[in-house]
Amino acid sequence: MTVMTQVQPLIKAKNLWKKYGSNVVLEGLNITVNTGEFITMVGTSGCGKSTFLKMLLGMEEPTSGELLLDGKPIPNEPDQSRGIVFQQYSVFPHLTVLENVIIAREFEHSPLIGKLFGGKKKSVVEEAKALLDSVGLTPAINKYPHELSGGMKQRLAIAQALIRQPRILLLDEPFGALDPGIRADMHQLILKLWRDHKLTVFMVTHDLSEGFYLGTRLWVFDKLRRDPHSPEAFGASITYDIPVTRKNTEARGIDMLSEIKAAEIAL
Amino acid sequence: MKRLINLTPTKPTRWFLGILPFLLIIFIYIISSDARLLENSTDKLLPSFGQMGETLYNYALEPSKRTGEYLFWVDTYSSLKRLFLGIVIAAIIGFTFGLLTGAIPTFHAPVSPLLTIISLVPPMALLPILFIIFGLDELAKVALIVIGVAPCIARDIQRCTFEIPQEQIIKAQTLGASSLQVLLRVYIPQLLPRLISSIRLTLGSGWLFLIAAEAIASTDGLGYRIFLVRRYMSMDVILPYVAWITLLAFIIDWLLLKTSQKCFKWHHQGAH
Repeated sequence: MTVMTQVQPLIKAKNLWKKYGSNVVLEGLNITVNTGEFITMVGTSGCGKSTFLKMLLGMEEPTSGELLLDGKPIPNEPDQSRGIVFQQYSVFPHLTVLENVIIAREFEHSPLIGKLFGGKKKSVVEEAKALLDSVGLTPAINKYPHELSGGMKQRLAIAQALIRQPRILLLDEPFGALDPGIRADMHQLILKLWRDHKLTVFMVTHDLSEGFYLGTRLWVFDKLRRDPHSPEAFGASITYDIPVTRKNTEARGIDMLSEIKAAEIAL
Repeated sequence: MKRLINLTPTKPTRWFLGILPFLLIIFIYIISSDARLLENSTDKLLPSFGQMGETLYNYALEPSKRTGEYLFWVDTYSSLKRLFLGIVIAAIIGFTFGLLTGAIPTFHAPVSPLLTIISLVPPMALLPILFIIFGLDELAKVALIVIGVAPCIARDIQRCTFEIPQEQIIKAQTLGASSLQVLLRVYIPQLLPRLISSIRLTLGSGWLFLIAAEAIASTDGLGYRIFLVRRYMSMDVILPYVAWITLLAFIIDWLLLKTSQKCFKWHHQGAH
């Protein structure tokens, strides 16, 4: 027998549904994502993109259909294979910047109490310092999170999410609360880390241009069918799955933007 | 003229206004006491500061004629020992139950309703039961403080546990943390300063239960002494004792606050 050498998709959703009681959030989602893609997800509030992110994280389970990671059902609780950065609250306020990063290695190497001392600690400190340097936090390693600006906090959250080398990085509107200038810096940082660490990124954003700029593929979540008398009867799905290449970003982006806007008006 | 709600007293004025009520109370007391003593020099209701000082001197610096003990210090030591033991045990029990019910749903389900009901039982009503079970010695008094204070601490810590953002707990899991590691590295360090403020809040009821238990069955202690000399209307003992208890309560509260500020800087600089 010959074995077919075929690239296994990293994430595969087969006819994925999510309902809360009679409220259908997602319906009939079919997607395939390969390693190294940068997926950005846009859509109106309550259209299921955050729910989908939670399913990738393992916090929510599909009502029906399958969500596969490497061909196997995705683990139903969060673990180190999938890193996450939330819009806020994702760093530990009682730990310094350095401690916030080494804690991940402490969880790994000290299975019982999750705390390292002496020589073992020294080796993880070096690694953490290098990582913090790559996100530009070297001057702040002994500060507490409340002493950091919003952008620095998010840099820390990203460094923290990367230290255990997750294959998938989930970003839940990570730059939504930042000033435009800082946001541009963060875009460069995340693109650099995505390339350097060969990550697969799923990012929820409210900002369509951010979605086009960062992503290699942009998903628009929206409802395909609507019942004005019972708005919860139909769920959302991915209505646009747009491949984005850096070259055509500008032109296509504007094109698609008007197309999507038109589609929204038509609905 | 600014609106009243926009008028802020300057710092020296604030100081002065803060001290003013104390000075007024002392002034009124001295005048009333003098007036009563002038009419009847054996009046016991409002003793002069001189009389109180003399009594306090006898209690604190002269050995008791009957037992040879320095009563004031013996009372203070006994009461503080009971209060300390009671509060420490209550804090350990309260913290453990608050943390586990707050952080572990499987533990929350069977324990939380029970905890709510227990915290509604008036502890003073249980005092007779405690005396029957534990006898009249130290254990019953400490147990009253524990029963009175532990449920409050438990519920307070449970609430604080719920307040820790879920994002942090998820983040810890994506960093590979086990349940125990999440408890030890995420929940407990963040709850310790909350425990200190919880203890500060419940110390008032701690004192209440201590003095009540001492008043009913004891042979020493600050509460015991106050209720003993009440029979002779010895206000010259009662008033200094009350002032001393207040001072002790103030010092303990202050020490707890300073400890918290020193150990948990991140908490007090508004990091949450």
